[in-house]
Amino acid sequence: MEQQKHAASLGMWLFLATELMFFGGMFCAYLIYRYSYPVEFGVGSRTLNLPLGAANTAVLICSSLTVALAIRAAQMAKRTLMVVLLLLTMVFGLTFLVIKGFEWAEKYEKHHIPGASFQLSAEDMKGVSVDPENMQDFQQRTQTFYSLYFAMTGLHALHMIIGVGLFLYLTYAGWKGQYGPGYYTPLENGGLYWHFVDIVWIYLFPLLYLIDRNLQK
Amino acid sequence: MATTANLTAERENYLNREYGVSSWLLTVDHKRIALLYLASITFFFFVGGLFALLIRLELLTPAGDLVMADTYNKLFTMHGQIMVFFFLIPSIPATLGNFLVPMMIGAKDLAFPRINLLSWYLYIIAGTLMMHCVLTGGVDTGWTFYTPFSTAFSNTKVIEAGLAIFINGFSSILTGLNFVVTVHRMRAPGMTWSRLPLFIWSTYATSVIFLLGTPVIAITLLLVVFERAFNLGIFDPNRGGDPLLFQHLFWFYSHPAVYIMILPAMGVVSEIVPCFSRKRVFGYHFIAMSSIAIAVFGFLVWAHHMFVAGISLYSALVFSALSYLVAVPSAVKVFNWTATMYKGSVTFSTPMLYAFGFIGLFTIGGLTGLFLAALGLDVHVHDTYFVIAHFHYIMVGGAVMGFLGGMHFWWPKISGKLYPEAWGRLAAAIVFIGFNLTFFPQFILGYMGMPRRYWQYPPEFQVLNVLSTAGSTILAVGYILPMVYFTWSLRYGKPAGDNPWGASGLEWQTQSPPTTFNFDQTPIVTREAYDYENMPLPEEVSLER
Amino acid sequence: MYWGIWLLLIVMTVVTAFIANVDLGRFNTVVALVIATFKASVVVLFFMHVKYTSEKLTKVVIISAIFFLVILLSLSMADYGTRLMH
Repeated sequence: MEQQKHAASLGMWLFLATELMFFGGMFCAYLIYRYSYPVEFGVGSRTLNLPLGAANTAVLICSSLTVALAIRAAQMAKRTLMVVLLLLTMVFGLTFLVIKGFEWAEKYEKHHIPGASFQLSAEDMKGVSVDPENMQDFQQRTQTFYSLYFAMTGLHALHMIIGVGLFLYLTYAGWKGQYGPGYYTPLENGGLYWHFVDIVWIYLFPLLYLIDRNLQK
Repeated sequence: MATTANLTAERENYLNREYGVSSWLLTVDHKRIALLYLASITFFFFVGGLFALLIRLELLTPAGDLVMADTYNKLFTMHGQIMVFFFLIPSIPATLGNFLVPMMIGAKDLAFPRINLLSWYLYIIAGTLMMHCVLTGGVDTGWTFYTPFSTAFSNTKVIEAGLAIFINGFSSILTGLNFVVTVHRMRAPGMTWSRLPLFIWSTYATSVIFLLGTPVIAITLLLVVFERAFNLGIFDPNRGGDPLLFQHLFWFYSHPAVYIMILPAMGVVSEIVPCFSRKRVFGYHFIAMSSIAIAVFGFLVWAHHMFVAGISLYSALVFSALSYLVAVPSAVKVFNWTATMYKGSVTFSTPMLYAFGFIGLFTIGGLTGLFLAALGLDVHVHDTYFVIAHFHYIMVGGAVMGFLGGMHFWWPKISGKLYPEAWGRLAAAIVFIGFNLTFFPQFILGYMGMPRRYWQYPPEFQVLNVLSTAGSTILAVGYILPMVYFTWSLRYGKPAGDNPWGASGLEWQTQSPPTTFNFDQTPIVTREAYDYENMPLPEEVSLER
Repeated sequence: MYWGIWLLLIVMTVVTAFIANVDLGRFNTVVALVIATFKASVVVLFFMHVKYTSEKLTKVVIISAIFFLVILLSLSMADYGTRLMH
């Protein structure tokens, strides 16, 4: 059993390593495009909803707390507390997804979705001066920011959804009494996954939302 | 899969323990899963080989007269995709690796048997999607999917092919994960890292590459799929997209992928050579460490595929220098195998013939890689048949010969039967001759300037192309022969003993074929890996058949 | 202890959001990434129990993954960063 626990834990860490490389590819794309188009990225970043983004960061941090506390509850054989904390974790996760949904809806309304209907308004361009003959190209290039925004937050949200599903199972199994001081490996590994998704967002938040926020022009 | 219900009372083994389709499709026995993979990759080898034959047929004449240009683009694309992703990458790890890794370390199965089965199903789902793509029009972007052609201009089924490879990637990742955890957690008592067979070291190194590299191609192809499906614009030059970004991301995986394809074959050779030299491996630790070195350095050289694509000169210099560095551990292996054979008692059995073929052909392929790593030369031969010859020497002359050598070496263990040795040697010779006739002319063609991926060519290149096509038909015969006699041996082959070759290694301490749980009792390891000096010669099998 | 970590993370989130409004020029990005890395490390060490695990292998896995990601990012940037130099 001990060997199985060790094996499962190593397996989960290795899987997280693959996930790091998976998101890493997108971070590489981000790095290169931000290096190539700093002003465009600044414009795009400023159109994102900073309060909602910050709120989401806080929501995920709370969810990581509840996961860690849930595992401790399992270690102390406090089944009810553990189940409540797991439920709370899912609630936080769903809250995150709802807030993200609002953000995406806002992007849709403001015509910031890359593609034929993409349009930056004068409000969006405030503080940045671009020659009129370059304006068209500038706007087109800003789409790289939004493409990455949607790709990265979209895949992150997908991982959140999977996480919520995973925790649905863990909550059910926990409620059925399968986890306790002697055995809480699935909880721990589920927690590792959840914390990893949190960490991805910890990086996404400043990289997407906090570029050139101090523009004083 | 046919079993042999013949003659004397047969011992229970993993093949006859249970019959029926569901006992195979729902198995968690790593040996049965290995055979499931064997059947599947053989199928894809045929499909990829069929495309190869069509390519070679077209190239018999300078004019484009067999197929249309667009069709030719599809032929080489699908040949590449299927051979790379659905044959070569899974080949040794998923068949020989799955079969042997637990046995070589004294374990009953892999760490996660059900995930092992899941890997196979993901592979099958991916393969089905790929076959559907192939049969409904295929892809014409080249196996490299370069943007913006693949994202914006190709009218073929890029999304389907991309998704198929994406799913296949997860199959690889889970296999790699399984192997790494197994090697760390499930070694028998006394099986220290320094006593591991070199095949395990190679498989471990391969698994590290699976884990760290595959996710990057997964995200890259997913972004291409998103681009086509949702018009995102990540790779669209009109919207600031950079084609080189795609190439950096693509090759970050695809270069280590070639080490995924060669490392396991090197592991096989490391098992065969000491056995048929009756001598322990020269420089065991060097070979083990070189596997790890290849895996690590292999991640540092990817932009050597992009020397003429527009990267900066300074980064090209860096990648060129690093590419020279990565050749060193491979050379170490070649020297050590040779030193192992020196003053050994060498038998030219079929596996050993393949090992010899590997060492020679891999060396040629590897050295021509150094030619390509030199910036000045690469400018001339990039995108020519020189490159094609280079990688086929490694992937076919190297990896496939390693695979065939391994299949012959472990066939008695896998099936409990002996294949006919004379036919084995004949097939090995045919493969070797056919291979060289096919691909050596291509070095010359490339050096003379014949571009790759072209469906027609100037008439002065015809003679060499005809030679190449002739060679490919011989090569095909060489590949079909083992499929025939292996199948034949299942029913009519002589029963193999537990250790017909007198080889070292825990897998040979089990019966042939093994029982489902491999060992009656967990073995305790006290000897180093290749203790041939203290081992008796094989008694049962006369190799002079 | 977990509550303390939680508080630390919340505070650092607030800090990073507000510091973005201060003009530090190019250092804005550096500061943001340093804070993010600090937060991530805290999550790894404490919430993911890595500080208290005796397993060296876990740490090797984490370091290796980060190392290869850094390779991807840095060698790619080495190309873009040196392009205009000639």
